[in-house]
Amino acid sequence: MREELREGNIRIPSGCAVSGIFNRKGTRFGGEAIIRSIAVLHERSNGLGGGFAAYGIYPEYKEYYALHIFYERDAAKTETERFLNRHFDIINLSKIPTRQMPEIKDEPLIWRYFVQPLPTKLAGAQLDEREYTARCVFRINAGIEGAYVFSSGKDMGVFKAVGYPEDVGRFYRLEEYRGYCFTAHGRYPTNTPGWWGGAHPFALLDYSVVHNGEISSYDTNRQAMEMFGYHCSLQTDTEVIAYMIDYLNRKVGLTFEEVAEVIAAPFWQTIEQKPEPERQRLTYLRQNFAAELITGPFSLIVGFKGGMMAINDRLKLRSMVTAEKGDFFYAASEECAIRAVEPALDGVYAPKGGEPVIMTLENGE
Amino acid sequence: MIIDATGLHFRDLNDKIRGGGESIRIEHCLGQRYILSGQKGKKVTIAGTPGNALGACLNGCDITVYGNAQDAVGDTMNDGRIVVHGDAGDALGYAMRGGRIFIRGSAGYRTGIHMKEYGDKKPAIVIGGGAGSFLGEYMAGGVILVLGLGLEGCPLGNFTATGMHGGRIYVKKGQAPPHLDGRLTVGDADEADLAVIRPLLDEYAAAFRVKAEPIRKAGFYAIKPDTDNPYKTLYAAN
Repeated sequence: MREELREGNIRIPSGCAVSGIFNRKGTRFGGEAIIRSIAVLHERSNGLGGGFAAYGIYPEYKEYYALHIFYERDAAKTETERFLNRHFDIINLSKIPTRQMPEIKDEPLIWRYFVQPLPTKLAGAQLDEREYTARCVFRINAGIEGAYVFSSGKDMGVFKAVGYPEDVGRFYRLEEYRGYCFTAHGRYPTNTPGWWGGAHPFALLDYSVVHNGEISSYDTNRQAMEMFGYHCSLQTDTEVIAYMIDYLNRKVGLTFEEVAEVIAAPFWQTIEQKPEPERQRLTYLRQNFAAELITGPFSLIVGFKGGMMAINDRLKLRSMVTAEKGDFFYAASEECAIRAVEPALDGVYAPKGGEPVIMTLENGE
Repeated sequence: MIIDATGLHFRDLNDKIRGGGESIRIEHCLGQRYILSGQKGKKVTIAGTPGNALGACLNGCDITVYGNAQDAVGDTMNDGRIVVHGDAGDALGYAMRGGRIFIRGSAGYRTGIHMKEYGDKKPAIVIGGGAGSFLGEYMAGGVILVLGLGLEGCPLGNFTATGMHGGRIYVKKGQAPPHLDGRLTVGDADEADLAVIRPLLDEYAAAFRVKAEPIRKAGFYAIKPDTDNPYKTLYAAN
């Protein structure tokens, strides 16, 4: 059988769709809304990848890391479960429920584990719990062939596949989940062929990223992240963005506003026009995190625990609109994707290039 | 003729429009792309949110949108008129070569880049609110009028008219446009400029039922290429 070419072995000369819905009161709503939204953007995808990140969907297991894993063969599952048993208490495990449908083919084994780090192992590692879990994810993804952990946060999950996003949503029975935030992606791969692992969102711990664009700083960003122990195994630009956001927010401790000022830093000429001490602050961020600057066109929706951020590249080379209605906040590649869910909006806003729009839960939980 | 666009793919919607006579009303429009692209001789109103590239390569229709428009309205438009009772997205009137576009509210990034004119083909874009960065970048001809209604300060973003070598951009007077390239001139609109502005402003006022006189009285800046200091040998000395 011919081995299918994957990311890194082939380059296909680009579009994509992103959408996100967030309830600032933390009220949970069903996954059908985000499917309805991303379905309107069908023309922006080509059927080679679709996916969703959903937050607040596992309240009964919210203390535990929810690992979603693709297995290409049984041996990978056996080996991964042996690894998991050595490092975690597995509280619950099951196949992720899916729906058989002709639009989604060649699915791997798709399993979900709710785990917590083994206390003795964790103490021995002298790491905090999140770092410990992240390192375990990298060890599986880099070390066990045919196994790929594509979701590893608490009370959240990523669901992705090769197909159009609206089909992927039905495949994963997304309408049966309820959360306070959903993001979605329809893929139109431009440089790489599209496979299950390469679909968006890309996620690490609670951070997830959906991305439309093609960044030209990939290799600079990748080399910087590899110095901090992030292994880029997928050769797709969005993966490194997810790691940079984890690094800047979790490890360095920057706020999301600051993360935005790093990845979409203002031009030097813009910084020069700022009054002090703002000029000094922005200069500090640009100089200290030069390798985390993202260049080239992008529009991103970043999901994180209790919040969502929409941001464009500085020149706004990809489209993004945001809107609000009552407690709901929306962001999408096109206004129609928001109107599909809520026709009567309180206001529609087009963020400027590099201007983040950040929403967090009101109760700060 | 009324077309209910609910659930229609853009191809089917455009087929219905093509076979639908000279006067058409589209209802429940939601994201369908390329509406009326390349067409002429129709008068169309659209309720809802038309998709990207509305009226691309338009060749002489009169389109009115009740709602916001998305990206790339009037891309490479040749003739006709597009009126939007709302805002427009990015790349409005890209490489436009004829006809008129009126946006009641604001427009996004890269409005009117590469606009051009020849003979009696003189495209015009009128924006009631503000415009995003790169307005009129590489502009070679035609007119852009930015009214800044309801906005404090200058209604322009960064890098306005970079690379402009023809045409003119008019902006309501008040705060001066920020950081314009040295190869441009900025001054008060003179009588010849006002002769260009007046009919466009009157048409805007009629389309959106506002009064032209108070807008005109506030006065305008005119941004034009500096013919004594043109763009040349910008990238290579040849």
